[in-house]
Amino acid sequence: MSLELKNVKKKVGQDTHIHRTDLTFEKNTINILLGSTLAGKTTLMQIMAGLDKPTSGEVWFNNKNVTGIAVQKRNVSMVYQEFINYPNFTVFDNIASPLKITKIKSDEIKKKVGQVAELLKLSGMLDKKPNELSGGQQQRTALARALIKDSGLILLDEPLANLDFKLREELREELPKLFENRECIVVYATTEPSDALLIGGNTATLMEGKVVEYGKTIDVYNKPKNLISAGVFSDPPINISDVKKSGDTFSLLKDSVKWNAKNVNLKDGKYKVGIRPHNITTYKEGNNSVEIKGKVLISELSGSESLIHFKNANLNWVSLSNGIHQMNVGQEAKLYMNVDEFMYFDQNNNLVKHV
Amino acid sequence: MNKTINQKAWFFVIPVFILVAFNAVVPLMTVVNYSFQETFANNVFTWEGTRWFKQILRSERFHAALGRQFLFTGVILAIQIPLGIAIALTMPKKGIGVSFCLILMSMPLLIPWNVVGAMWNIFALPEIGFLGHLLNDMGFNYNFTQQIGDAWFTTILMDVWHWTSLVVLLSYAGLRSIQPAYYQAAEIDGASRWAVFRYIELPKMKKVLTIAILLRFMDSFMIYTEPFVLTGGGPGNATAFLSIDLVKMALGQFDLGPAAAMSLIYFFIVLLVCWVFYNLMMRNESQT
Repeated sequence: MSLELKNVKKKVGQDTHIHRTDLTFEKNTINILLGSTLAGKTTLMQIMAGLDKPTSGEVWFNNKNVTGIAVQKRNVSMVYQEFINYPNFTVFDNIASPLKITKIKSDEIKKKVGQVAELLKLSGMLDKKPNELSGGQQQRTALARALIKDSGLILLDEPLANLDFKLREELREELPKLFENRECIVVYATTEPSDALLIGGNTATLMEGKVVEYGKTIDVYNKPKNLISAGVFSDPPINISDVKKSGDTFSLLKDSVKWNAKNVNLKDGKYKVGIRPHNITTYKEGNNSVEIKGKVLISELSGSESLIHFKNANLNWVSLSNGIHQMNVGQEAKLYMNVDEFMYFDQNNNLVKHV
Repeated sequence: MNKTINQKAWFFVIPVFILVAFNAVVPLMTVVNYSFQETFANNVFTWEGTRWFKQILRSERFHAALGRQFLFTGVILAIQIPLGIAIALTMPKKGIGVSFCLILMSMPLLIPWNVVGAMWNIFALPEIGFLGHLLNDMGFNYNFTQQIGDAWFTTILMDVWHWTSLVVLLSYAGLRSIQPAYYQAAEIDGASRWAVFRYIELPKMKKVLTIAILLRFMDSFMIYTEPFVLTGGGPGNATAFLSIDLVKMALGQFDLGPAAAMSLIYFFIVLLVCWVFYNLMMRNESQT
């Protein structure tokens, strides 16, 4: 079992929504489509589901060409960002709705609904209507509807985006467990890098209708193919700066920040360095840290983290430190960068040295 | 916590009190006053108690008018609500067609009521009106000024023409607020077009439809201007709905007492039906 997109392209009028895409999702995998709004995640999913036809190219499922086959005949489930349930059905009827058009007997349906409701902690509310439930429970109902069908392809289009923080965390932890021991391919679209890291599986980074990179989530995060992929997979945004290597030293251009290049096996010349915000901190981290100074532009405290934007050599930098570190806007700040965590890219933005 | 006590706020409410008193309470109380008394010239009043109310409630004329009124309103709702929903469902969802349809639909609503009556009067005249002439040419013996059935047909047609748009616009607004994901989810479930309408569109339109039915009920129950201009309540009393009958009684015959009693009964019927209807809808709301 696998899902393949072969040469898929989608154009609407003059606009290209999806550039030529080849993607293969293997069976029993969770695949994350990671990208900002309008990157093409939803369009790609609708093409996978058969809700939308590609302008050119083919969709193959289980080694069968399913391009243009109506979604009803495809055994697909989908969960949306909005909580989509039938408004005047009870939770029970909602969960049972995908089975109603099949020939499954009613006591069989009852048993299945019971199991899925148990799994999603909905057992106590089978008689309620969707608008009597909390947002989290409504989305659980929608998830139950997707799971009851034994579909080969389950598509989740930002299912947690409309939930508040706590419910979101809770459901996010449960999600991977729901798909364990199921014969299906799960596709999960999200804008949040943290979702991808927590769920694991494989990740495809998307940018403006192009799949930038596809691979194991942890590999895409640690060894992004290029700067675009690294950028998509970083929140807050990754810091990028030009650097020069000569001999055993790297130096940030136009600035006096220098660090040892002994461990980095690269030719002398110009490079770009990608530094994730959490590798610039108010305290020293790792064995090789280097100091960077800058003028504080914004200082935000969120929960147990401090986000500090600062300016150095005409570049805006973002740093993310653990703990509460209050800084005043306009103040000269001294921060430390963990050199061991730097990623280096060549002039064409391709990765040349990872962690 | 200390509350600041500031009685000055009452000053700002006084203008509203005065306004409401003059445009609602005082006229209504005058009617109440008339309904319990007999009026003679030179402002001489004699107390009559509930006599006028009893007289009206027992009067066959009132029963007939009330019957006509309920029949008319029932027919109007039975045509306009389904027709309005059907038109809203077929209206385009995007493109320039949307503005075109919306403007077209708003047009009848912008025409003053007496103009609508006059328009349809001329339009339906058997000899010179387009509709009347056409129907007669087609072999129908159509004359709305003489035949009861034709008068009803024309009045209903006029009201449908004038007010279906309101139901269309409200239903359309309700339909447009349904997220596309609902339709996709139904498509994935393999739901039929009917099932989509019955289980997604209709429940999602419930609130606007409640408003539409309430508005159309009240409006059609209180209809006056259009049939007055079109048929004048005739032929005979065939299209004399409650308000036309009331005006005849109050101003034509100058029976102020009975007319006042009838006004109050009329008012309470409208109030009662709206209250019952609203509560029924809201009770369902709390269940869902």
